[in-house]
Amino acid sequence: MNEPDRYSDRALDHLARPRNAGTLAGASGSGADANPSCGDRTTITLTISDGRVQDVRFRTFGCTAAIASASVLTELAAGLPVGDAARLEPADILNALGGLPARKEACALMAIGALRAALVDARVRATA
Amino acid sequence: MRRVYLDHAATTPVDPEVAELMAQILREVPGNPSSIYAEGRRARALVDRAREEVATVIGAEPAEIVFTSGGTEADNLALRGVLKAREGQADGIVTTAIEHHAVLDTASDLAAHGQARITVLPVDRDGRLSPDAVRAAIDDRTAIVSVMHGNNEIGTLQPIAAVGALCREAGVAFHSDAVQTVGALEIDVRVLPVDLLSVNAHKFYGPKGVGALYVRTGTRIATVQTGGGQEKGRRTGTENVAGVAGLGAAMRLAGARRAAESARQAALRDRLIAGISSRIPESTLTGHPTERLPNNASFCFRGTQGEALVVSLDLEGFSVSSGSACTSGNTDPSHVLLALGLERDLAQGSLRLTVGRETTAADIDRLLDALPPIVARLRAASGAAVPA
Repeated sequence: MNEPDRYSDRALDHLARPRNAGTLAGASGSGADANPSCGDRTTITLTISDGRVQDVRFRTFGCTAAIASASVLTELAAGLPVGDAARLEPADILNALGGLPARKEACALMAIGALRAALVDARVRATA
Repeated sequence: MRRVYLDHAATTPVDPEVAELMAQILREVPGNPSSIYAEGRRARALVDRAREEVATVIGAEPAEIVFTSGGTEADNLALRGVLKAREGQADGIVTTAIEHHAVLDTASDLAAHGQARITVLPVDRDGRLSPDAVRAAIDDRTAIVSVMHGNNEIGTLQPIAAVGALCREAGVAFHSDAVQTVGALEIDVRVLPVDLLSVNAHKFYGPKGVGALYVRTGTRIATVQTGGGQEKGRRTGTENVAGVAGLGAAMRLAGARRAAESARQAALRDRLIAGISSRIPESTLTGHPTERLPNNASFCFRGTQGEALVVSLDLEGFSVSSGSACTSGNTDPSHVLLALGLERDLAQGSLRLTVGRETTAADIDRLLDALPPIVARLRAASGAAVPA
């Protein structure tokens, strides 16, 4: 039988083995986003050198979709030129995870929001 | 991998004897119980037998049992039926903040349509209601007090004997949603001062979609739905013959096994509670430490979110539930957890484990091995500051 609400195997793998969970000491930038409707929140810290995102870590208090989105995003963003990282979109997370249940797509947006905030923070810090 | 089902408060598997009986009835008893010829009489006999079986287990008279489509309908019939019967005389509903939605939303709906005034009483941190609060809330316009027997999320048992006694003293109808306790705890309406009691077959190894409302003789209740007049006009509609027969059989079987089985389940519950409390730092037991359902162990784990707990355990072969499983993208922790006064973030990390007939000590030990690393992993991901 079809199970429309089922998480993809890739999303479940990120839940069972979160990648890059934590906070970077000496980060170039740090950013957070939250989903006020459910209380979920994500923080991203990252280091930047030579115009590229180097290390990325996430912290997420939230559901499977929120954790998997942030976890996979750390993999997507690491190594990218800063401009490319800033252009990552929820759709990139959904592609990487093999989709999320329809009601859970906002969770990908939260991860992107935290990443963009971290990139902005890094730029502000660099010019300060 | 054999799955371990620990969500018996949600539903229970149908007892094979019950399933066999129902299948046989569906195959072999085509009649309408209202028909006076042979097929009808046979169906009627099955409905009558089921009514006796249900009545016997709770000490009621068969005529006091009204079959319904389940617990929700029983709760609706109790509240709406009593309010309707007292129309123009009394319109007050007194209930608690941790009732099932079938009671709370029915009361709210009646109030929204100007048919009732509702008083929702708070509970303490363990989920217990004070009978004194009920006494204080009853006034001369109160029609019904509705207090659940055992809470479906946190397992807390309410002092319904004391509440019922003071309702009787005040001349107010007393309803209890006993959906979680019928079949698990001894209920004898000959000594328990309850006027209406909701029963749901699928909580005690019967079929889904069938339940009953006990209505004490003399309790004034009007019908909610109109039609052919079955169930003495209190719940009209052609009887669900196989369903009520399944309810009756499940009730009889549960009654026969209750004492031994509830003690066995309580030991498993205690093993769960002790194991989780000792193996997982900062685990908060929700519900009353001792006055709780024999099958319910419910916790909150700071720094985790319920949906992620449920999905993580599902991956490892466990079926469990949470009062804060965000499934709609816009889910608050349950009204029950919030009514306990739990801080919102803590309430987000709720996990409910409910054991049942087929649960073994080995199942519990497997859960106790699987859960601590999951909680630790989710806490590591959320950055919750929890001592190791």
